[in-house]
Amino acid sequence: MERKKSVWNFFTSGYLLLVLAFIYLPILYVVVFSFNDSKSMISFAGFSTRWYEEMFQNREMLESIWYTVLVALIATGVSTVVGTVAAIGLSKAKPLVRTIALELNNLPVLNPDIVTAISLMLLFLSAKIQRSIVTLTLAHITFCIPYVILSVMPKLRQLDDNVAEAALDLGASPWQALRKVIIPQIYPAIFSGALIAFSMSFDDFVISFFTAGVDVQNISMYVYSMKRFNPSVNALSTLIVIAVTLVLVLANVIPALRERKNKKEEI
Amino acid sequence: MKSFFRMSYPYLVWIALFIVAPMIMILLYATTRSSNGVITFSFTLDNFARFFSDPTFLKVLWTSLRIALITTVFCILIGYPAALFIANLPEKRQTFMILLLTLPMWINMLLKTYAWRGILMNFDLESEVKVFIGMVYDFLPYMIIQIHTAIAKLDRNLLIASYDLGANRWKTFLKVTLPLSVPGIISGITLVFLPAVSSFVIPKLLGGGNYVLIGNLIETYFLVAGDWNFGSAISLIMALIIIASMYLTKKLDRSTVEEG
Repeated sequence: MERKKSVWNFFTSGYLLLVLAFIYLPILYVVVFSFNDSKSMISFAGFSTRWYEEMFQNREMLESIWYTVLVALIATGVSTVVGTVAAIGLSKAKPLVRTIALELNNLPVLNPDIVTAISLMLLFLSAKIQRSIVTLTLAHITFCIPYVILSVMPKLRQLDDNVAEAALDLGASPWQALRKVIIPQIYPAIFSGALIAFSMSFDDFVISFFTAGVDVQNISMYVYSMKRFNPSVNALSTLIVIAVTLVLVLANVIPALRERKNKKEEI
Repeated sequence: MKSFFRMSYPYLVWIALFIVAPMIMILLYATTRSSNGVITFSFTLDNFARFFSDPTFLKVLWTSLRIALITTVFCILIGYPAALFIANLPEKRQTFMILLLTLPMWINMLLKTYAWRGILMNFDLESEVKVFIGMVYDFLPYMIIQIHTAIAKLDRNLLIASYDLGANRWKTFLKVTLPLSVPGIISGITLVFLPAVSSFVIPKLLGGGNYVLIGNLIETYFLVAGDWNFGSAISLIMALIIIASMYLTKKLDRSTVEEG
């Protein structure tokens, strides 16, 4: 019996390792081949940093990184503020208004990206608005806000209404009550909403592809439009992998550390 | 509390401008025809008739559905055991495994697909197989996480009761764990099948130019052919198919919950 169990454990761990290997294969691959000394994607010709150097000389690629980060930052900032405030407002709205607003809010989440993309493109085209970085940013804000609301709303439902009510009774203006009473209680949900919004904007391809002007492209669009295989993309991917890992580790470690500190203080 | 409600006004305006109005635009374009760039606002269903009467378009639709279906089946077949095995790990290692699975989800999909293009250059595979590998790769973590959540929520006492009543591991799995994890599989399906139907990046990057799915068709009609009316009709058809399948899976979900 004991033996049978250990064979089973061996099998399950092996299976999980295989799944992880599959999921990490392309990531490992780009990291290794970003240091390849040749243009080949098949054989490794020795260690070099030439693709990193080439990346920093590639104007088009650097521009796409800059646009990606810029749009993601603006979209995250605006959608976090608008989304949080809207969620708080909607949580106090009449049930019918709230239901309709939340259903419409879900549309960009549930709709296939390409439908959201062409719907926005048609809007800009028929309003005779030139597609540019402005329309791109507007589109990103539009699909980011729903994620912020979806992240903040459940937390708001758990809040005790009386606390905000008490703040108002004690003479606080709604904005004061918002800043001093409600937001501190839902801060973690706002933070995770902002994180989701940022990654959604950073990774988006389809909606950007249809709403950006000809002179603006983000990383995804740059990679999509590339005619020939360019190993500098591996260097870029490697840098993004490092950044994502750092952010995720920090996002997971900081709350854990804070919790430990809180627990210590409780003792 | 009305003063709080006022805070949602900016977003309500935003919804009207950037969610409702654009959807109306699609509807408008799909049900009208354009003549020399000037839209004549006469209602027509010609765009839809054109789609459903042309075997080429129906074939593209069928290919998209078939690929999405096969991708979903593979995600369940590979993902279910993984989710089950993760759920049997000690709690700390479970969290760690889930973190490991989520990490690549934060990395740009195009960059990952591009990496697969490099890897798959080493192998002589049919372009359809390459597309499947890319699709399963992209969607597998979603499936595993959904199923794992359902299994982890399972009341352990049910399993103990099943063993006490004389069922072995295999029977317990078939009669207790599997039926109770169906909601996880269903929410996994909504996260895999629905986006897979409309995906057009993976087929294009991994399948080469000759691989046309409904997403690619929409792209072509908007950006190459410039026929927005027909393009709108196609995307409306796709959106309706997706909404219908979402409704069906929701219904399925409810009926399994009622049974259990």
